[in-house]
Amino acid sequence: MTERTGMPNMWGRLTAGLVLGLLMIARPLVAVAQDVPVVHDDLPAVVAQSAPAALPDEAEPASAIDAGDTAWMLASSALVLLMTPGLAFFYGGLVRSKNVLNTMMMSFISLGAVGILWALFGYSLAFGEGSAFVGDGTAFFLRGVGLEPGGLATIPGYLFVAFQGTFAIITAALISGAIVERMRFPAYLLFISLWTLIVYSPLAHMVWGGGWLAQMGALDFAGGTVVHINAAVAAAVAVICVGKRTDYRQAGLLPHNVPFVLLGAGLLWFGWFGFNAGSAGAANGIAGLGFATTMFAPAATVVVWAFLDLLRVGKVTAVGLATAIVVGLVAITPAAGLISPMNAIILGGIAAVPSYMMLLWRARSGFDDSLDVLAAHGLGGTVGALLTGVFADEALNGVGSGLLYGNPGQLVTQVVAVVAAIVYSGVLSFVLLKLVGLVTPLRVETEAENFGLDPTQHGEEGYVH
Amino acid sequence: MKLIKAIVRPNRVDDVRDVLEKMNVPGMTVTEVRGHGRQKGHTAVYRGKEYSVTLLPKVEIEVVVQDSLADDVIRAIIGTARTGEIGDGRVFVLPVEHSYNIRTGEMDV
Repeated sequence: MTERTGMPNMWGRLTAGLVLGLLMIARPLVAVAQDVPVVHDDLPAVVAQSAPAALPDEAEPASAIDAGDTAWMLASSALVLLMTPGLAFFYGGLVRSKNVLNTMMMSFISLGAVGILWALFGYSLAFGEGSAFVGDGTAFFLRGVGLEPGGLATIPGYLFVAFQGTFAIITAALISGAIVERMRFPAYLLFISLWTLIVYSPLAHMVWGGGWLAQMGALDFAGGTVVHINAAVAAAVAVICVGKRTDYRQAGLLPHNVPFVLLGAGLLWFGWFGFNAGSAGAANGIAGLGFATTMFAPAATVVVWAFLDLLRVGKVTAVGLATAIVVGLVAITPAAGLISPMNAIILGGIAAVPSYMMLLWRARSGFDDSLDVLAAHGLGGTVGALLTGVFADEALNGVGSGLLYGNPGQLVTQVVAVVAAIVYSGVLSFVLLKLVGLVTPLRVETEAENFGLDPTQHGEEGYVH
Repeated sequence: MKLIKAIVRPNRVDDVRDVLEKMNVPGMTVTEVRGHGRQKGHTAVYRGKEYSVTLLPKVEIEVVVQDSLADDVIRAIIGTARTGEIGDGRVFVLPVEHSYNIRTGEMDV
């Protein structure tokens, strides 16, 4: 009994100390963290003894961790991580069999390289307090990150780092679709490593880490600008810097495994529920909204795409539908937790048209964005970002409204965010690729390109007879 | 009639096909094959173990043409498929006794 009476005071002091420490590490959390010491300081010993409900608080004094939120974000992080192998299958099926491993490896290596870089530097550059443009070095090597909440109010700081890391990984991997079947693997690895730290992390800071685009009120729920426009612009720049495939438009460069493409699209959709609904940051109503829109918007894209296919060639194509799924998912990403499911269907349907047209144009052009990263992610992401500024409904999302809900200015803000992402990513990606090209050649020799990148870059073959 | 079997680099197939179509060669059979001549293979590593891959992917193009056309077709294939490096492939020419159209049952002359 004497021990029990002494404990609340001790815990109270400890709590206050920890909370103070927390406040210094994560100043954005002030509003949430302030509640905690108030409750504990006022807590009389009698109440603590008579209320068993207070016991869990004694076990973890400073924690505001919510079990439901944490459970959902754990699952979401794993779902988003699965998107990268899914992307590997999507891209891998679209190339010729002699390049299937190289193409899939370009996604898989991101799981390693970008994953590590995120923990060491990227997270801090994106979510450290820093300036309006970039974070800082305070959380390099995850200094100051712990079991207690950080970044989000109700989940462990470590979990927030991991969740955000899965986004950095897939974003870098997305770029590879533009330069498959010809880029040297070491040059690619060096490029995405630098790109993650110099392009992705600062842009994530500008939009999600309290940077200038966030302060301006740009709406990007799950990463339309940070992930998709960003990666697509880098991809387009990479096409220019690396050049087109030697036999582009001279030989039939056909997908070698369409079932892989469909499998990849399916895995991407499954993982995208973590990407979009997980971006609510909690197991709440907005997560439910994000889940529903992520289900219905791509469905609408698929249906419109199928009709476009029917009108044009009289047949609905499998590669077309797989592409439509990705376009719809990309388009709903910035809007997922911000617009109603009915508007999501309209958004998904609209998004099909420009990407479809651009795919047709690209295949006839000299612009060898081999797997159409710009058409799917760049254009899809732009349409999604702009329509977010049209369909966002504050009554629903509690964050902001768009054009149709009495806030036409939001559309302008969205345009500014899109243009900022295009310019920032375009210029810096170009500089980085030129720098990498000075250190090591970007392209394989023509002979190796003809023979296949699997044997020449990796010493392996996807299919051994 | 002659059966011409040309084993060429996979990336030369489209060009060879285009040339043969321009010469009015009426049809062809294309097969993905593996083999080796003087071209050395490459080394593959699976789970740390090195293997030497000696059989390399090639494509075999088979066409049957009239004797009078055979020399031109052979020359065209060699001219189109050649890169000058080891591994350009081979052309074999075989006599054909008869040839039938399965749909009509008729023998070609």
